[in-house]
Amino acid sequence: MTTNILLFKVTLLIYFATTILYLIGVISRRDRFRQNAVYLLIGGFILHCITLVVRWVATGAMPVASLHESLSFFAWALVGIYLIFYLRYRTVMLGAFITPLALVLMIIGTTTSAQAPALNPMLDSWWFPVHVTLAFLGHAVFAIAAAAGIMYLLQERMLKSKKFSGLFYRLPSLDTLDSMNYKCLTFGFPLMTMGIISGAIWANSAWGGYWRWDPKETWALITWFLYAALLHGRLTIGWRGRRAAIFAIIGFSFLLFTFFGVNLFLSGEHSFRNFTGQ
Amino acid sequence: MHIVIVGLSHKTAPVEIREKLAFAPTAMEQPLRQMLELPSVAEGLIVSTCNRVELCAATKEPDAAIAEMHRFLAEYHEIAPEEICDNLYDYQGEEAIRHLFRVASSLDSMILGEPQILGQIKTAYGYAAEFKTAGLILNRFLHKAFSVAKRVRTETAIASNAVSVSFAAVELARKIFDRLDNKGVMIIGAGEMCELAARHFVANGVSKVLVTNRTFERAEKLALEFDGKAIPFENFVDHLADVDIVMTSTGAPNFILGKRQMEEVLKRRKYRPMFLIDIAVPRDIDPKVNKLDNMYLYDVDDLQGVVQANLKERKKEAGKAEVIIEQEIGQFHQWLANLEVKPTIIALRQKLEEIRRQELEKTFGNLKDLSSKQRKSIEAMAGAIINKILHQPTSLLKRTQDDTSGEDYVDAVRALFDLPALANDDKEIKPLDDSDQG
Repeated sequence: MTTNILLFKVTLLIYFATTILYLIGVISRRDRFRQNAVYLLIGGFILHCITLVVRWVATGAMPVASLHESLSFFAWALVGIYLIFYLRYRTVMLGAFITPLALVLMIIGTTTSAQAPALNPMLDSWWFPVHVTLAFLGHAVFAIAAAAGIMYLLQERMLKSKKFSGLFYRLPSLDTLDSMNYKCLTFGFPLMTMGIISGAIWANSAWGGYWRWDPKETWALITWFLYAALLHGRLTIGWRGRRAAIFAIIGFSFLLFTFFGVNLFLSGEHSFRNFTGQ
Repeated sequence: MHIVIVGLSHKTAPVEIREKLAFAPTAMEQPLRQMLELPSVAEGLIVSTCNRVELCAATKEPDAAIAEMHRFLAEYHEIAPEEICDNLYDYQGEEAIRHLFRVASSLDSMILGEPQILGQIKTAYGYAAEFKTAGLILNRFLHKAFSVAKRVRTETAIASNAVSVSFAAVELARKIFDRLDNKGVMIIGAGEMCELAARHFVANGVSKVLVTNRTFERAEKLALEFDGKAIPFENFVDHLADVDIVMTSTGAPNFILGKRQMEEVLKRRKYRPMFLIDIAVPRDIDPKVNKLDNMYLYDVDDLQGVVQANLKERKKEAGKAEVIIEQEIGQFHQWLANLEVKPTIIALRQKLEEIRRQELEKTFGNLKDLSSKQRKSIEAMAGAIINKILHQPTSLLKRTQDDTSGEDYVDAVRALFDLPALANDDKEIKPLDDSDQG
């Protein structure tokens, strides 16, 4: 058990160093710093993979049962999805938004108990890891969409106001950012949909009902409708650019609220307390 | 050996002086040969462009060489030396190295980062190589300058942002559309700047060009030039939705495109973004159009602003370039110093070895009944004495080769031991690599 906590902390340190490197790279306009930040991030990701595997082996269950575990998994998915986008679009700057987010998730993770939860028999179902994996991958993809949205708004603002800062030269084109938004939507929406469906199936096997309107389910549904509206708007009435960017940012803040807010402020079946019986 | 430079540039001399002191590019042989005849000049090179004249030389006596080159530059162009002395600058040693590296990297250019100067220096070097006025040192120096310029170009963004209005338009389009190859452009009205920008757009892949003009014939003529299509002025608005980039420069006294009209156009093209460039004065497009989502309107002043911002960005990049140059100066300086230290050490050792050989011969001639073992130990002792004597001066020469005192020690050792003068060894030169030219 201590091995994976140590691994977790080293991973966190690497994400921290990556964030610093990005910060220096963006402020001092050194392209090489930012490029090295990506390489460091790849190293951190590999270590993160090992961390998760070690924990999985140690606890005998997929490490998503406690808040600590799921934060780590969320951060892992976030970095992983970003690196996939990096391979496709080579957008180094996107990482400057994603890495700090992953770092924050990891830091929150350190404040929660890293104890392996005494597993609730309810979670011992094949549908549980499927549900959680799909949901977090969807979250990660939407996080990318939100980061691309922020970059879009910054870039658009500079192009409209005709006042250019150094960032202008380093951010990708509006078209690239907008097509990232669309790509994220086409991947994230099915992931989220399947996440909700698999969750319902699992709920049925665990509680004997597909949908119980617990706060997390309600909020997830609201968020789902938001993304559905964006996808619909994009496909049929030519929503794009600024509007799509703003939607992606709002959608992701809803997701974050669904994830944190519900766990922290509201109670329901999704609260980790119920999982671990604490 | 030292490197010296005497010259003038747009920063020190007005065009009236620069044109008087320029060398005709077609007749470089004579001035190069005359320069080499100057008593202190060992190797010579002349760079002459419309913005600068640089005489670069390798010499043993930098001060004398500079004075001679000053006089040569004036006399060759039949001008009194006093007349131009205020416009000339001269550099020697490290400063001369820095100067040429900066010039080659376009840090000293009128438009920071412009690419022509490197080609001009390469041409100048080509003449010096052809007429054999460049030897070991200038060969190495110029090759180094080329590689420094290349490094600056690839490692900094000094040349990456447009500093002309028409090219700035293309770059802005790239920041909006990313790729231009599947985009269309419409030219409304005719104007030199419009044409120039359109040419840039076509060169960057824009595939569809529509041209409209109050006089249809002019539109047709221009359309022919870009392999595009002329459309009547009366209904050009109907075609606006088909293009992504619009350039206007009509003489109309009022706006020809308003906000409501453009809103319609946007709706018809499903809000795909549009880039509008209004070059006309008075303006052709209502500035309110810029308020529409996915619509980017730039007038002449806006584009000028972009150019200014780009120039500022280049200046920031120039700071990085200076750092690179400082690193490279050190390296080249070391090579230059090493050039004299190594042969000096070898010559010194040869001299002492020669003395040892002669003295051993003499001694063995007198002591004929020595056993071979005894002879060996006397030989070894003589060798040890040489090594002990050489140890201190050799390590001092090696240690000081990087700083300015190194030169003095080399001269002192050569004088004290009466070593022969350094010969230029041309075998070390690599042939000029043309691969990076262009």
